[in-house]
Amino acid sequence: MTVETILFYVFATLAVVSALGMVLNIRNTVASAMSLVVTMVSLGAIYLLLEAYLVAAIQIMVYGGAIVVLFLFVVMLLNLSTDEFPPGRQRFVKFAVVIAGVAILVQVLIALGREPLLAAQPEAVPEGFGGYRQVGISLYTDYVLLVEMASLLLLAAIVGALILAKRKID
Amino acid sequence: MPIEPIVKVLFVFAVMVMGLAPIITWIERKQSAVMQDRIGANRADLGGITILGLLHPAADVIKLFTKEDVVPAGANRVMHLLSPLIAAVPAIIAFAVIPYGGVYQFGDTTLNLVGADIDWGLLYIFAIGSIAAYGTVIAGWASNNNWSMLGGLRASAQMISYEVTMGLTVVGVFMVFETLRLTDMALAQDSIFWLFGVVPLPAWGIIYQPLGFVMFLTAVMAENKRPPFDIPEGESEIIAGYHLEYSGMRFGLFFMSEFIEIIVIAALTATIFLGGWAVPYASTDLIIDAITPWMGVGFATGLCMLIHFSTFMLKVIFMIWVQMLLRWSLPRFRYDQVMSLCWKILLPLSIANIFVTGLVLLWLKG
Amino acid sequence: MLPMDHVIALSAILFMIGVLGVATRRNMIVMLMSIELMLNAANLAFVGFNRIWSQVDGAPAIDGQVFVLMVIAVAAAEVAVGLGILLAMFRNRDSVNVEEVDLLKW
Repeated sequence: MTVETILFYVFATLAVVSALGMVLNIRNTVASAMSLVVTMVSLGAIYLLLEAYLVAAIQIMVYGGAIVVLFLFVVMLLNLSTDEFPPGRQRFVKFAVVIAGVAILVQVLIALGREPLLAAQPEAVPEGFGGYRQVGISLYTDYVLLVEMASLLLLAAIVGALILAKRKID
Repeated sequence: MPIEPIVKVLFVFAVMVMGLAPIITWIERKQSAVMQDRIGANRADLGGITILGLLHPAADVIKLFTKEDVVPAGANRVMHLLSPLIAAVPAIIAFAVIPYGGVYQFGDTTLNLVGADIDWGLLYIFAIGSIAAYGTVIAGWASNNNWSMLGGLRASAQMISYEVTMGLTVVGVFMVFETLRLTDMALAQDSIFWLFGVVPLPAWGIIYQPLGFVMFLTAVMAENKRPPFDIPEGESEIIAGYHLEYSGMRFGLFFMSEFIEIIVIAALTATIFLGGWAVPYASTDLIIDAITPWMGVGFATGLCMLIHFSTFMLKVIFMIWVQMLLRWSLPRFRYDQVMSLCWKILLPLSIANIFVTGLVLLWLKG
Repeated sequence: MLPMDHVIALSAILFMIGVLGVATRRNMIVMLMSIELMLNAANLAFVGFNRIWSQVDGAPAIDGQVFVLMVIAVAAAEVAVGLGILLAMFRNRDSVNVEEVDLLKW
């Protein structure tokens, strides 16, 4: 039981609890968003434990520091903080969906537990694994097309978001 | 029992957070007084002895602790309590990666005067700086007050905009020094750079990236919501903005976190652009070799360590002075001016800076 | 050393929580956040498996992490557009309840 294992279990529990808090929170949307931030930061910490340092920093910076702030901005702009929808129709269908989801999850976990590849200890990482140099070199030599496509996608998203959110000019 | 990290953490907490942050409140009062040709706060005394107003930070702390913690009716109590913490904690843990000195050999033990020598130190600071945005956003929302909500909205937009610029402006420095590890960055500035082969200059970041320095200082002061960018707490427009409904030590935490971030900004700028702990024109080996004939290697290394630490603190205090100067000279920006400064001026300039730096490096190395 | 099967199990649990969030909640913002949670669970699976297969002939293999960066970029783009749609929806129906956007139903 090394320190890393204990830290992993702490952050894993935190991630699951705050994810449940986000999904099950009926009354307060801002509290859901803050629970999502806790999930993102715990996942960032787990990436650190998995020795993916650049990805951890980018996860906290982009997900934790920008995307959820965007959610909060919209919530505050439209004043949507309280979520008072009455328990709607199709209550039994939703209950059945939850039961089916949990059943599928249990089957997946059992299958994972039997997998011999995952039960073995992972080997020691080579030098430079997860650092920004290796990821940077790989991004700009092997995966440069992905980078270009991602930039085009982000441009399309910016233009799309601007057009969708703009008020109509009469 | 890992003694060394615990000592380093205690040192950072004692010197930087508990020691320097109250001094900055005194600096702010006295510097603004000197700049505005008045005396400033000098009434706090201990049995009739006022030491130039240096007891005012202590008086502030006592006042803030003893005031009543008012939580407005209709406010979300949990968020109202949590937001000063979310604002203060990232400011304090940013000190973990800042090097106060180099690496020193005492016989067979190596002393590295940094809390955590991580390979991606600069990214760490940006990552936790982006978490600090939540303190203001949630404070603005949790107070059940229109003015606070306006302050929180403005703060969220301003802070996430300037995070982008903050990251882009240091890419130039990253390209020159080829490392994100702050200890290596400070070590690389511990030498002399020959301009045109003739003029010796200290190899500091500001020599390599002068435009980057100005842009980084602007972006990071805007991130800290310091005047002239204090739109979220615009005193004459929206009363006190996001920390309007906070009193007592909750406000004290917001107040302290802003000043601790001033120290973080000063330390970061000193490390990246002003050479960190490096003495200009006198590299570490030069200093140790100069002192060794009189005292022996061990004492020489220790004295060199003290010299480096004092140089670092001098640079930090200089950057704090610069930030106070900017704060008390410039009027507040309007909100649309803040946003257009970020997206229309700083962002294209920083990308142009990266492009030009890349071209120059390619020309120099190829 | 981390128990890798527990890492992938965490990814599966978070993914299922996200799926149930999208399936049961009717608030559009919570549905978007649950989609983000699903993307994060997929990222965790990528990074976890990359940790298992971390080298090719001694050289580090970081393809999983590169793909995680792409997923983060895609998620950011999707959030921006999704919130734009939400703003347009709010302006038209004055509500973010997805059950009220049903004019095309017969």
